[in-house]
Amino acid sequence: MEEILLLDAIERYSRHEMTADEKIFFEEMRKNNPEVDLLAVEHGFFLQELEHYSAVTAFKHSLAEAELTLAEEGLFNEPVVKGKAKLVQLWSKYKRTVAIAACIAGFVSLISGGLIIGFNSKYANKDYSELIREMNETKAKVKAVEIKVESNKVVPIPRRVPIFPKASFGATAFLLDTKGYFVTNYHVTDRLKNIIYIENNKGEYFQAIPVYVNKEADLSILKIIDTSFKFNGVIPYSIKKSSAELGERAFTLGYPRNEIVYSEGYLSAKSGNDGDSTAYQFNVSVNHGNSGGPVLNNNGELIAVITAKNEDADGVTFASKSKNIYTLIEGLKKSDTAFKNLRTPSGTSLKGLDRVQQIKKLEDFVFMVVGN
Amino acid sequence: MSIEQEQQLLKGLAVNDKKAIETIYRDNYSMVQLFVLNNTGTADDARDIFQEAMIVLFEKACSGTFELNCQLKTYIYSVCRRLWLKKLNQMQRFSGQVESLEETVPVEEETEVHEKRNADFAMMEHAMSKIGEPCKSLLDAYYVKKKPMQEIAADFGYTNADNAKTQKYKCLMRLKKLFFAQYKNGQ
Repeated sequence: MEEILLLDAIERYSRHEMTADEKIFFEEMRKNNPEVDLLAVEHGFFLQELEHYSAVTAFKHSLAEAELTLAEEGLFNEPVVKGKAKLVQLWSKYKRTVAIAACIAGFVSLISGGLIIGFNSKYANKDYSELIREMNETKAKVKAVEIKVESNKVVPIPRRVPIFPKASFGATAFLLDTKGYFVTNYHVTDRLKNIIYIENNKGEYFQAIPVYVNKEADLSILKIIDTSFKFNGVIPYSIKKSSAELGERAFTLGYPRNEIVYSEGYLSAKSGNDGDSTAYQFNVSVNHGNSGGPVLNNNGELIAVITAKNEDADGVTFASKSKNIYTLIEGLKKSDTAFKNLRTPSGTSLKGLDRVQQIKKLEDFVFMVVGN
Repeated sequence: MSIEQEQQLLKGLAVNDKKAIETIYRDNYSMVQLFVLNNTGTADDARDIFQEAMIVLFEKACSGTFELNCQLKTYIYSVCRRLWLKKLNQMQRFSGQVESLEETVPVEEETEVHEKRNADFAMMEHAMSKIGEPCKSLLDAYYVKKKPMQEIAADFGYTNADNAKTQKYKCLMRLKKLFFAQYKNGQ
């Protein structure tokens, strides 16, 4: 208790809140009592450090916000690559993507009629388990409740899917561009037979189609085709181009249930199943339905996309590297000029926030994918 | 840009003015990005380095005694260059020859001071993350957000400001203990 009084005195003294008498008394005490003097010096130093900490924290937050504005302006865009060597390098990289994409496109169109699902898995080893969720539930019950709520609303809400058929699978997707572009796994869109929907956290469904896929990286880009889809807000994460570090802390959000679920862990290997260089291995606990979930680091940079887990080992999860997303986008843009206007989020406003606040900002950008 | 304008920018920086931050970015970022890209870095690296340099500048601006004895542009470039060289060195990618396009001023002292402050910042952050709730929010409200004690007492459900104050000091003593434990280890 005495120490508390003393600390209070020191703080008031340093803020010049003391009366003249108090000040004289306090200075006298410091002079006569070396212990008090030592504590005052130590506490003064500590307060300075705390002051510095709070100032820099606030400044970092302003920096992140300013960066977001500037990213919108395109300040961080890389200059166009010059020089023949780089061009050749780029071309060869891109050629491969096109070749793969063409193969896949052909492959998909040929087999979409009806091959069994297990056959399409990226790996044959039976402990490699893709994290798509099998569903056999009608959404009708949910619909009934929604309509009641809807009748109270004054504002016209986007058109709903009139009758929702039985969903046979569910997974996770996250927003790539607020114009209606999402990223999920290839093995998710590969299950598409009739229709695929993106469901937002208000329970509204929007029909989507895969516009670009890459089986090797196990990624797909989905685009919502419902014109009623509108999204306000700025994507709070950036997608990391460089590779993540071993041991980096990471967390993910996804839909293994009908509700968003959080999980965290760390990057445990720089390659995926069987040395797969397009993926990372994380130690994080995920379940069926987490497929397509974004994996972010502490700075709010998206570093990977959940794809699969090892059924025989606890917490061993595989995720496609974030730089694959850029390869996908490049391919998509070349495939059709209609996609030229796609823009990737380049700023993160999650830096410096604690986890709970990060999740609050993030959860509106992570969606459930369902379909049959 | 005139010296007065630059001084104005630094003043803005010290009070967390977003406009000032944006202006400095617009005027200087491309130059730094070009430098980092030309020296085996990526655009992400450039952004990290520039952010770091902004914090150096912020610390300087806050100290109040800072006088710019060269152009702001030159100063930022020098700091970024120094920081990037340091990073290359750490990653052992330093190839010996670094391409330099702009003139530089010596900033070794500044970056060293910054590094020390950075380490302190990390320690404080770590200590903060360890004290747990409600201490963290309480200290955050008082020392970071600078809310008055009366308001804090109401927010956190303490019967009066004195109770909240006692609690705050208890938390502060724990934070101090955690901080100095690391601090003494680091020395």
